[in-house]
Amino acid sequence: MRYLPHTENDRRQMLAAIGVPSVDALFADVPEAARLKDVVAGLSNTMTELEVEREMAAMAGKNRPAGSMASFVGCGAYRHHVPASVDYIIQRGEFLTSYTPYQPEIAQGTLQYLFEFQTQVALLTGMEVANASMYDAATACVEAVMMANRVTRRGKAILSGALHPHYRETVETHGRFSGFAVDALAPSPEGLKGLAEKIDATTSCVVVQYPNVFGRLEDFSALAAACQKAGALLICAVPEIVSMGAVTPPGEMGADIVVGEGQSIGNGLNFGGPYVGLFAAKEKYVRQMPGRLCGETVDAEGRRGWVLTLSTREQHIRREKATSNICTNSGLCALAFTVHLSLLGERGLKELAALNHAHAALLAEKLGKVKGVSLMTDAFFNEFAIRLPKDAAGVVDALVDKGVLAGVPGGRLWPGNADMANVLIVAATETNTTADMDRFAAALAEVI
Amino acid sequence: MDKSQGRTGVSGGEAALAPVVTKSGHRALDQNEPLIFEQGVPGRIGVDVAPAPKVASKLGAFARKAEVGLPCLSEPQVVRHFTRLSQKNYGIDSGLFPLGSCTMKHNPRLNEKMARLPGFADIHPLQPVKTVQGALELIDRLAHWLKALTGMPAVAMSPAAGAHGELCGMVAIWSAIAAKGETATRKRVLVPESAHGTNPATAALLGFHVDPIPAAADGRVDLAAFEKKLGPDVAAIMLTNPNTCGLFERDIRKIADLIHKAGGYFYCDGANYNAIAGRVRPADLGVDAMHINLHKTFSTPHGGGGPGSGPVVLSDLLAPYAPLPYVVHGKDGFRLVETKEGDAKPFGRLKAFNGQMGMFVRALAYMLSHGADGIRQASEDAVLNANYVQARLKDVMTPAFGGTCMHEALFDDTFLEGTGVSTLDFAKAMIDEGYHPMTMYFPLVVHGAMLVEPTESESKESLDTFIDTLRHLAGETKKPGAADFFHAAPRLAPRRRLDETRAARAPVLRWKPPAATKQAAE
Amino acid sequence: MAELRFTKDHEWIRVADGDTCEVGISDFAQGQLGDVVFVELPEVGKTIAKGGQAAVVESVKAASDIYAPVSGSVVAVNDALTGEPGLVNTDPTGKGWFFKIKASNTAEFQDLMDQAAYDAFVKSQG
Repeated sequence: MRYLPHTENDRRQMLAAIGVPSVDALFADVPEAARLKDVVAGLSNTMTELEVEREMAAMAGKNRPAGSMASFVGCGAYRHHVPASVDYIIQRGEFLTSYTPYQPEIAQGTLQYLFEFQTQVALLTGMEVANASMYDAATACVEAVMMANRVTRRGKAILSGALHPHYRETVETHGRFSGFAVDALAPSPEGLKGLAEKIDATTSCVVVQYPNVFGRLEDFSALAAACQKAGALLICAVPEIVSMGAVTPPGEMGADIVVGEGQSIGNGLNFGGPYVGLFAAKEKYVRQMPGRLCGETVDAEGRRGWVLTLSTREQHIRREKATSNICTNSGLCALAFTVHLSLLGERGLKELAALNHAHAALLAEKLGKVKGVSLMTDAFFNEFAIRLPKDAAGVVDALVDKGVLAGVPGGRLWPGNADMANVLIVAATETNTTADMDRFAAALAEVI
Repeated sequence: MDKSQGRTGVSGGEAALAPVVTKSGHRALDQNEPLIFEQGVPGRIGVDVAPAPKVASKLGAFARKAEVGLPCLSEPQVVRHFTRLSQKNYGIDSGLFPLGSCTMKHNPRLNEKMARLPGFADIHPLQPVKTVQGALELIDRLAHWLKALTGMPAVAMSPAAGAHGELCGMVAIWSAIAAKGETATRKRVLVPESAHGTNPATAALLGFHVDPIPAAADGRVDLAAFEKKLGPDVAAIMLTNPNTCGLFERDIRKIADLIHKAGGYFYCDGANYNAIAGRVRPADLGVDAMHINLHKTFSTPHGGGGPGSGPVVLSDLLAPYAPLPYVVHGKDGFRLVETKEGDAKPFGRLKAFNGQMGMFVRALAYMLSHGADGIRQASEDAVLNANYVQARLKDVMTPAFGGTCMHEALFDDTFLEGTGVSTLDFAKAMIDEGYHPMTMYFPLVVHGAMLVEPTESESKESLDTFIDTLRHLAGETKKPGAADFFHAAPRLAPRRRLDETRAARAPVLRWKPPAATKQAAE
Repeated sequence: MAELRFTKDHEWIRVADGDTCEVGISDFAQGQLGDVVFVELPEVGKTIAKGGQAAVVESVKAASDIYAPVSGSVVAVNDALTGEPGLVNTDPTGKGWFFKIKASNTAEFQDLMDQAAYDAFVKSQG
């Protein structure tokens, strides 16, 4: 087997050095009844690289990649072009096969990019500090709520009706078993409506999304002020981080914690994971933050260097008193993010965001002209919602056969909610061509 | 000491190794690389973006006014920056990486190639299910392998990492307890003192009271102490097996039977499953739930701290509570179940979308490559390698416990007594010798612990060189002046020891423009 | 009683004024912790029972809970530690004090060790 170096002779010599007759002797502590005498049944045996490629390619071939169609699917995962150099950098063995930088003297590469990543996330969101990444936006959202519970010593989160349903469900799951209350509003493109009225003395935080799940941009500064007055925190979730190149950052509207999905920069769709959760906050809350933090320092010769710091918040030291149980994060996805954003720079990010917005605006114009379609979103970045005259799931299904991935139907996100069934959420990025958009509009007109 | 050897010694070679000062700040291949924010010139770009079509803006009042503050660089500058950073890192590709508990085994590039097939990499998680049948088939197939290898009837695929898997398994247990109406009474979770920090952190997250179980003199759970702690208020035991001392818990069946008799559940931390995969099925040990770190046992890359993936195998008792979403196979092909249906009582959703697909592809490519026979052989070789290291070092270093070990060899710092050299110093000296240090000071139950996990990826020659190096270092600790020599290590790494106190007392967690830094200081 | 009294958890307490006492950690404890990087102080006004968790002291690699040596309410905290946590290392029984507690039951002092007894206790712990 190509991954295993030992010859039978090596094994014999090593067993002799250990002083045992066979490898079975090394498993002597395993209860007799639990020792498998033979290889596990019902599974294949060793394959050559070529054989594995055939097996895997056969499965991959049963999928229809977004790139093979005119694709307008978003809702927390966006198809952007990832420059070739990003994938080259993250496949360098020194990055790919390294571990969490617990030995900083031989992990300055990882530590320095994490420091750059933290800075980039803070700048994009308009916040003071950011951590070294979480699993994804949904889990970052939960961690933000639990952090708000710690900071305020309260236990009720109010969730906007325009929060991504997967983020909402993830928070609700954790609320159930961790014992905090969750008050989630019914789905509505008007995501800020009704939130301020809900705040009371037990509220630890209000969670909004920007742009919201219907693509709408909403000014939450008044809500942030109301939170502050009531001693609660305002948490803002950003599902499409490229938007930060075009819109006012949530930090400027008074968010206390910003979480986000970083997949859009540097990372492919990958059917939903691995992605990279972003987590930024006001500096005064830094010791309540979850996850790893990288900090600047000097070495014994006085040279600048970086280390993981404030580790006493974490599970490997604080154990049951840790701020979170998170250990592994999304290191390599964070590297992809950092490389891609470094390539873009100020100018590239703004141009990319402007292109995304222009494509979405153009698509909205084209779809808005289709008979029976009404636009539900006024101000938006690269995603908006439309209402169709019939069930959107059926329309999406029919459009697949015309080579169009039309977006996310309301029924997929809010199953059983009749009010949302005819809603279709549509995203456009730089990867869409005008021809794609025309094809979509024409096909949609045919289907409805 | 033998001065005739022209190598670094306790008292020799000091002058030759004094810090070298160069004009550029570079040291040959070790380039002094500034932060990306300290480079670039406004106007440069590393990605050409097509011009945007003219269309009326829909941003309303939300158009960004302030600069983001990102530097502008061309593609060659960015590629060079990150290439230079990479050269300051140690990876498995660089050398032996004996980090106990973390399982730093070879990461085959085939897995990377497979994960980048457009059929896997370029599919959206919310595409219509009929367009992603191959992806669902892959998840189903990986699930089949995990179930067959562990003997468990069900598996939850969505957890994003080991700790996330622990959470998933413990929530399933919590749900089963809630279904019996015992949430208020079953509040205690037993966790051995040697456990990973994530175990108590996870239990605490669910509102359980963590009750530590002491270790016996042989490094395993003290069975008598465990029995005494059992009672109607015990929800579960969280036990790693093989445990964090690298030992198999001999009494595991008894422990499982006793916890079940007391009405509790057995959560197994599968971080060390790589020692027994293909040789022992956790189902035969009485496990109710166990996470499997795909980034350990099944070689998906650690990537400098993630991403991971932590599917959780579940017993029949816990299977109904498995989280959403999950894949089922029906007559019309594969379906993705995203809401409660049938008799299932899913406890909810743990993250967005469908799990760590990119990691699933890599893990399955690894499993297919090895096959059931290769997986069994890999476990055997991992155990063989650890025992070989222990056997050849036991006369100069001090194994924490007697007898053979599983996939990792644990030493304590008894052999350093009176030398003035600590575990940390010893580890740092390994860096100068070209090795990543072993896990230090974990598990907590062993004084000055050094946990060595060579993995099955190392050849005998590689192990012999490593062993010779450690034997040499152990010998050096006994020489006069050893403490000073070891305290000063590492000397040859891109950085020497870093001031962690300074980093923690006045945290600098991001770059700020020089003007802002100056202003803040005034 | 101006002299120091000690707990088995290595806190010290000293009467400052009437029944108001200063609390900190012993020289031995700071030595064990290493460089202190952060101290989490209790809220002024908080009532704590003897042995209850009052503060947290952190070094780079460890975090330890500080328990109240006697019952009472917190009347002051040492804000200087926020900017200069190293005071706990350089002057543990002086400028490195953590908080002041107004003792509600002075009889509890009887349970604490004096310097000689504490030194012997530390020695016995090896």
